Order: sequence, then structure tokens, then C-alpha cells
Amino acid sequence: MAIKDLPVEEYILQGSAACPGCPATMALRMVFKAFGKNMVMVVPACCTAVIESLYPNTSFNIPVMNIAFEAAAAGASGVEAALRVQGKKDTTVVAWAGDGGTYDIGIQALSGALERGTNFIYICYNNQIYSNTGIQRSGATPYAAWTTTTVGGKTEFRKEMGDIVRAHHIPYSAQTCISYPDDFYRKLKKAQSIKGPKYIEIMAPCPPGWRFSMEKTVEMGRMAVETGAWTLYECENDVMTFNGKSKLILEKKIQRKPMEDWIKYQGRFGHLFKPTKDTKRIQALEDHIDLIWERYRECYL
Amino acid sequence: MKKYDVVTTISYPKIGAMGKTGSWRVFKPIFDKAKCVKCLRCWIFCPEASIKREKDDTISIDYEYCKGCGICANECKVKAITMEREGEKK
Ligand SMILES: Cc1ncc(C[n+]2csc(CCOP(=O)(O)OP(=O)(O)O)c2C)c(N)n1
Ligand code: SF4
Ligand code: SF4
Ligand code: SF4
Repeated sequence: MAIKDLPVEEYILQGSAACPGCPATMALRMVFKAFGKNMVMVVPACCTAVIESLYPNTSFNIPVMNIAFEAAAAGASGVEAALRVQGKKDTTVVAWAGDGGTYDIGIQALSGALERGTNFIYICYNNQIYSNTGIQRSGATPYAAWTTTTVGGKTEFRKEMGDIVRAHHIPYSAQTCISYPDDFYRKLKKAQSIKGPKYIEIMAPCPPGWRFSMEKTVEMGRMAVETGAWTLYECENDVMTFNGKSKLILEKKIQRKPMEDWIKYQGRFGHLFKPTKDTKRIQALEDHIDLIWERYRECYL
Repeated sequence: MKKYDVVTTISYPKIGAMGKTGSWRVFKPIFDKAKCVKCLRCWIFCPEASIKREKDDTISIDYEYCKGCGICANECKVKAITMEREGEKK
């Protein structure tokens, strides 16, 4: 869908508490455009609970329920059941959590809701850190990245939440990125049209968390896809389809760009370049991405 | 606006919940209408919803709330938006 065909309605009210250049706010605008007012969003502890702004006011012009960190999917299950009992069948129930709240602390509630077949959309905005509490590592933080709890760079590789979700064989799951509004919007509408549990994960580069300049949020998302560090795909009834540039990378119609093109703009990888270039760890990052793509090609080509 | 009488904390929608966030700006986006090709990239990517879209897809910037992130200028392919330090007049 072309940008000009996207809805004009705004449900993010200006003057929120978000940092300038915030990817979560950018993504929320799109989610609200796609689902409109007839939705309930369940938000656990994360930046979004702050972006909502301070009591007694909120910057979100849609119904939101705030809940404990680990409970987004459990809370959404309750909301969905309550709406069902009231006969409100057309209300879209969304659980919206960060990667910390999804990969780590909320994974149990999420897995439960997916397994129970709850009719809702779980959306994870992945900024690859616990940003709200000041940049701690999460299961989504990439190898070698600095955070306040991985001062010399993370020593483990990130886990692949998409694989874990697909192991539940739900009707629809997808990965998208804030930099591709057409892909993002289409996946949101598709998820909304399907009954049962849906999972969407959004690549959301965070300027203060990744230490890049705030005008580059969209650029960093684009580079994540072009380097193959992030993949655009959707999985409908266990059938995988790769989208956009990711499809071209999968089919080897284009080469993915080197990781260096992406990480050199991010201060969180600064120690890989100064005082001397750490070619070993940069290569390890490259090899990990190659491994991921080899797995994709083995399974889905 | 409908108020709800339930025993929990409820916040109500308000424009400018954190005040006039335009005061956060260090750099200000300046729009040059003559260069604009109405692609609406700036509009869809502005995190703050501070770029207004008219019926004919003309855009304008709401300086009361624009936080000056510069994403609009960075994403405009024809350089119809440029960033200028606040207080500096050309
Ligand atoms: C049980 C529990 N542990 C810790 C916290 C503190 N806490 C609040 S938000 C947050 C980080 C959330 O990270 P993530 O889910 O990645 O979202 P982001 O902040 O990046 O948007 C933490 C650790 C909490 N609220 N509850
Ligand atoms: S820390 Fe990152 S995700 Fe959180 S509000 Fe700021 S820019 Fe947005
Ligand atoms: S500078 Fe940032 S907040 Fe201001 S209009 Fe441009 S994108 Fe929006
Ligand atoms: S991105 Fe540039 S060309 Fe496109 S609508 Fe905005 S100002 Fe006009």
C-alpha cells in the first residue's frame, strides 16, 4: 500500500514523553492507524508505559490497560475473554511489549496465550534492549553490543524469538520493521483479519539505546534489513514467505550488505572500532548472520 | 469526554500531556514547499505526528510540539526539509 493511502487519523496525541526520534512512538502511530479506536491495547512495563505520559493525562487516544512486566499476554487473554462475554466481537485486542517483556520476562505468558489459541495480536517492538530502565541487555541484544550490563560487549548471540513463536504453529506470525510502512501496515491488517493468536515483531532502532544520532532511526532500520541483521517475513499457517529485500537476500538475487555498514553508526559497537579495529568480533557477527541465512535457505528455499 | 467511575487509576487523553514539547528542540525543521513532491515520507515517519497532512497532501510542521529529531529531513529524498539551529535566522 502506498504511503498516501494510509489512514490520516491520528491516535497518538502530540506532546508525549517519548524521546525525540523514538521508534516505538513511530510504530504505535502505525498500529493505531491500522486498528483505529475499536481496540484495546495491553501494555506491560516498558518505554511505552512512559510514552503514554503522566497521570492524569495520556497521549494515547485509544483504550489502554497497563499491567505488570511479565503479564502482557495474560492480561490480553483476560480482556479478550471479557469482550467475548459481552458480545463485542469486532474489538481488536493487542498486547504490546518490548523485547525484554517478550523474549525474557513475558515469554511464559506469551507461550500460554499462543497455546490456548487466544484471539489477539501480540506485538513486540524490538529495540534490542531494556531501554526504559536505562539500557540493559536482553535476549534480543546482539553479540558484542555494549549495554550497561554488558560493558565490554555482549558475549552471547541473540535468540530468535520468531522461531520460538513458530513452534506454536499459530495461524499468523510476522517480522517487520519501522522503516517499511507498507510492509508493516499490510501485516497489521492481515493479522487483524485472522482469528486466533497472531504475533508481529517490529525492528525498532532506539537512538539513546544504540547510541546513534536521532535523525537516523529509519535509516538504521533500513540498514538492519539490508545487512540481513533483521529479516522481513510472514508465516501463515506454517507457510513462510520472505518479503521485500529479505526475499531478494534469501534467493541470492542481492547480496546482503556487510554488518560493518550498519554497526559503525552505532556507539554501542564503538569499542569494535576504537582504539583498534576488533576484526575478530566483527567477523563473528558476520558469521552469525550468515549462519541464520543458511538456516533460512535450508528450511524455506 | 466520558469519565469512568471505577476504582482504579485512569488517565484521559490530552494533547500536550507533557507540555509544549516544541521547547525540547535544538534544531528546527524548515519546510520548502517549492521543492516538495508530496511523497508523504516525512508525514508517515514523524514519530510525534507533528507533520500535518492536508486534503491535497500538502504538509506543514507543528512547531508547538515538534521535538526536532530531524527524521523528516533525513528521510526527505528531495531535501525539501532542512534542519536549522534554533534561534539562527537565515
Ligand atoms: C518484575 C519487574 N522487574 C523489573 C521491572 C523494571 N522494569 C520496568 S520496564 C523495564 C524494561 C523493559 O524493557 P523492554 O521490555 O525491552 O521494553 P523497553 O523499555 O525497551 O521499551 C524494567 C526492567 C518491572 N517493572 N517489573
Ligand atoms: S529509550 Fe528508545 S524506545 Fe524508549 S522512549 Fe526513548 S527512543 Fe523510544
Ligand atoms: S523534526 Fe522530528 S518531530 Fe519534528 S517534524 Fe521532523 S520528524 Fe517530526
Ligand atoms: S518527505 Fe519531502 S518531498 Fe516528501 S512530502 Fe515530505 S517534504 Fe515533501
